[in-house]
Amino acid sequence: MSDLRDLYQDVILEHSKAPRNFRALPAADHKAEGYNPLCGDQFTVYLTLDGDTITDISFQGSGCAISKSSASMMTQALKGKTLAEAQEIFERFHNVVTGHGGPADEAELGKLAVFSGVSEFPVRVKCATLAWHTLQAALEGKQEAISTE
Amino acid sequence: MRSERAPGSAFDVELVRADFPILQQRVHGKPLVYLDNAATSQKPWDVIEAIVRYYEGTNSNVHRGVHYLSERATEEYEGARRKVQEFLNAESASEIIFVRGTTEGINLVAQTYGRTNVKAGDEVLITEMEHHSNIVPWQMLCNERGAKLRVAPVNDDGELLLDQFGEMIGPKTKLAAVTHVSNALGSINPLKKMVEIAHSHGVPVLVDGAQAVPHMKVDVRDLDCDFYTFSGHKVFGPTGIGALYGKMALLEAMPPYQAGGDMIASVAFEKTTYNKPPYRFEAGTPDIAGVIGLGAALDYVTDIGLENISAYEDEVLAYGTKALTSIPGVRLIGTAKEKAGVLSFTIENIHPHDIGTILDQEGIAIRTGHHCAQPVMQRFGIPATARASLALYNTKEEIDALARAVEKTKEIFS
Repeated sequence: MSDLRDLYQDVILEHSKAPRNFRALPAADHKAEGYNPLCGDQFTVYLTLDGDTITDISFQGSGCAISKSSASMMTQALKGKTLAEAQEIFERFHNVVTGHGGPADEAELGKLAVFSGVSEFPVRVKCATLAWHTLQAALEGKQEAISTE
Repeated sequence: MRSERAPGSAFDVELVRADFPILQQRVHGKPLVYLDNAATSQKPWDVIEAIVRYYEGTNSNVHRGVHYLSERATEEYEGARRKVQEFLNAESASEIIFVRGTTEGINLVAQTYGRTNVKAGDEVLITEMEHHSNIVPWQMLCNERGAKLRVAPVNDDGELLLDQFGEMIGPKTKLAAVTHVSNALGSINPLKKMVEIAHSHGVPVLVDGAQAVPHMKVDVRDLDCDFYTFSGHKVFGPTGIGALYGKMALLEAMPPYQAGGDMIASVAFEKTTYNKPPYRFEAGTPDIAGVIGLGAALDYVTDIGLENISAYEDEVLAYGTKALTSIPGVRLIGTAKEKAGVLSFTIENIHPHDIGTILDQEGIAIRTGHHCAQPVMQRFGIPATARASLALYNTKEEIDALARAVEKTKEIFS
């Protein structure tokens, strides 16, 4: 039971019920769709950049409490960050949810550290990281577009 | 190791449970409640011991050796074929082909019967409640041939619309491929009527029996279906082995599936003569231990009696239906009048994946997701369900544990 409470912390449940930045961004210059075929979770992540800085980020879609709250808190954590900072946050987040993170990672993650309970549920790591991988796909899509131009 | 029961004695679930060693364990400190039987079933001592006995004392290749062990292995292997024949009430053991499972059984028919008979402009008819394994092989065949895949719809209870099924069969239809029992909904199809309708148009019927054989007596001659295929592992046998029944006249007209040893009568570089069924479709050394294990599994359920199993499971299913539907916010997906073994459900505002994790912490194993039946999920407008699926060893007490865990899930998410 303590493991379950670690996984489904109040902050996570609250974000899954009332996700932040849960909308399309018509002006987005990057977007990608992420899909977990195992459970049917499906999200679209949108973002706008000003140079290297994420000026706006949002998402839409459906999924479990873990994937939805992770997407919601990701948008909050990354707004205003540079791409390099976003990448660093993702790496720390990934370390923490896979159980490879140290105390420094958790400290640096701030609110996102509530996902540390996921590490006790290896099959749920994919849920916690779906939106993040989708974000990366959105950014990589831009690189491809650049390379073809 | 198996419990002793007097012949003809009443069904006793506690005796049955004692036959399955895996059920005795605890998971996360709670007694295991295994309700994922539609994915795979557990194995009784009879099956485990038959496989061990084979490798300890009989192991040898079949159909080849003149020596003692090879003769014994062949005898046991062919003995298991007769067990499958009797289990399905096929006319002849030669109508039983061993395959890896239902998926391979369907692919075999698609690649042989399908590629021989389905031409450009033809049609293959399936239903809206099929598992991906009874959709994709036909989709591939139709794409290759320029044929059309047609899909008979279901109603809001998950029952096939029989009239529409009949209306979709016409002169272009070359085959109907339908499930006996839906893996995602539990609906039992009115197979006998479906076969009658199809045959009145001269259309043969393939039946996916994966979810039917663990729960009910199947008689292919009474159904009059043309092909029937099932997986051993869903009927308490090993994984990686299953059987395909086909009417002899159809099998004799079909080309081989895979090429190799055993499927030939004679080989010269100029010309090879193919063996007769079933060997024409069994190239290479088969899963001998798997076949013997499957035979032991069929003996096991036959010994208990499929009528007894059906009657007992119906009681537990009715109990589970009542238990789940009396919890506010729980919606049952699949409410057909005729059902077997499946309680697919959703809880309002809680994703099935989260339900699965919380139930697992209570020692309860269920499946969550689309159950390899995405068109069914689309039909009901949901991304996924939580599915509790029954076998002969499940009890009403386990259903109570399931209902308590569902309540607890709601509490955590309240």
